[in-house]
Amino acid sequence: MSAPAPLLDVKGVTLQYKTKDYLVTATYRVDFEVFQSDRFVLLGPSGCGKSTLLKAVGGYMRPVEGVIRLKGQEVSKPGPDRMMVFQEFDQLLPWKTVKQNVMFALTASGKLSGKAAEDKALEYIAKVNLDKFADSYPHTLSGGMKQRVAIARGMAMEPDVLLMDEPFAALDALTRRKMQDELLQLWDDTHFTVLFVTHSIAEAIKIGNRILLLSPHPGQVKAEINSLPRGEAESEAAKLLEDNIHKMLFADEVEEEAVRI
Amino acid sequence: MADTAVVRADVFRETVNASKFGVIQKPLSTWERIYNINAVRKVAILIFLAVAWEAYARWLNNPLLFPTFGATIEAFYQAIFGGGLLGKAWTSIKVLLIGYSAGIALAALLTVFAITSRIGTDFLETLTSMFNPLPAIALLPLALIWFGLGNGSLVFVLIHSVLWAVALNTHSGFLSVSNTMRMVGRNYGLRGLSYVARILIPAAFPSILTGLKIGWAFAWRTLIAAELVFGVSSGSGGLGWFIYENKNQLEIPNVFAGLFTVIVIGLLVENVIFRTIEGRTVRKWGMQN
Repeated sequence: MSAPAPLLDVKGVTLQYKTKDYLVTATYRVDFEVFQSDRFVLLGPSGCGKSTLLKAVGGYMRPVEGVIRLKGQEVSKPGPDRMMVFQEFDQLLPWKTVKQNVMFALTASGKLSGKAAEDKALEYIAKVNLDKFADSYPHTLSGGMKQRVAIARGMAMEPDVLLMDEPFAALDALTRRKMQDELLQLWDDTHFTVLFVTHSIAEAIKIGNRILLLSPHPGQVKAEINSLPRGEAESEAAKLLEDNIHKMLFADEVEEEAVRI
Repeated sequence: MADTAVVRADVFRETVNASKFGVIQKPLSTWERIYNINAVRKVAILIFLAVAWEAYARWLNNPLLFPTFGATIEAFYQAIFGGGLLGKAWTSIKVLLIGYSAGIALAALLTVFAITSRIGTDFLETLTSMFNPLPAIALLPLALIWFGLGNGSLVFVLIHSVLWAVALNTHSGFLSVSNTMRMVGRNYGLRGLSYVARILIPAAFPSILTGLKIGWAFAWRTLIAAELVFGVSSGSGGLGWFIYENKNQLEIPNVFAGLFTVIVIGLLVENVIFRTIEGRTVRKWGMQN
């Protein structure tokens, strides 16, 4: 099989943002390619610019250098072909019920309308096991349920790529594990393409099939590696990989500390 | 490594079946349920105030200074069925509604301009800090020269009293919409007016509602004060004029009946109209408790 064209192509992307006093370089010349049905994970310690990188793919900021292409088209502004799932629980619109939230995404972007939008919304709400809560308002749901609605909303739009910015980071450990399993089940169902940001090595190994390691200050690509096959997230091999990744990410820090001593 | 903690065995217990509990759920008593009704508590407060009024007025025993609650209600009743109080109140409310809606429309224009451009923000901020502290009634003499003795000048001062309160609250509401929610809206490809209407306005609704309430109260006061100052507008006076006229004739119970009407309308608007809007929006959405 000849190599297919990448779905998302990030080439030499340098990102900078301004704070009140500084111009901060978040990432420096980052390259990676995401293919159809990838579960691509951006992994790195805080301050490596992984969320900023995801925002740039989402179209919320423009690279000062390099280019981001989705299906060959340059990304220049936010759009419904790249749905974001945020970490925060307030990403659902509080004035709409669960069903209306999912429907609103479909109708506001002009993708579907009327009955078709409602059917599509209910289909994906059922996929995340929230059929009973379709008419509830977000403030009556738990944190995990809100994130499930956000995922249902993202998937109902059937975007080219689903962008997830640490979606499970604000959840408790038990709920997080459950949500990770559910996300993998959903992937088995529809084989969507997802770009997933996390700072947890274990989560990266469990969720991803391909992992991009970023170094901090500013974010640069350290490695791009394959994760383990599904179902081996608890095995010895996973422990080994976890240690390896840990070493790669924090090697510099160890050296720094050694010098200080 | 030696573990210094005391060695203990694992403990497992059986939970007791729910049927063994005395009470898991128990309906509230009738009294508790009645007390939980908002209207009941408010009516109780109103009754208490009315009784206190009646008692003080009887003790004072000077109907010229402070008529009793009973006398006020009687005058109120007479004024409604003989003195055309309802007509006068309607005259006031009509002018009020015109000024109120015009003020809101202008405030909407200003705030949309303010959030779409930085110069618009500065414009709104400067104008608000200039005119918000200026009492609307202070503009009345000028308005009389510009628009003459009629509804025009009343509407002008009403707009002035509503505009800044509503604009200021709406704008600060827009500014406090969370960044995540903004990004969600833009993710759907919304921009311009549809972004304002479908994301910003609902998300800022608690502040907008506060602005509308304050604007309403400001408008009401300004109107009554303006009517007291120059009275008749286009032939038929409003509530302020009714109060002024009766004061001149020393019909003090009627003065109180006029004031009473102002209070009753205020209570109705606050507790019926605004409360219903709140119940159907911000409370239902969990944005306000």
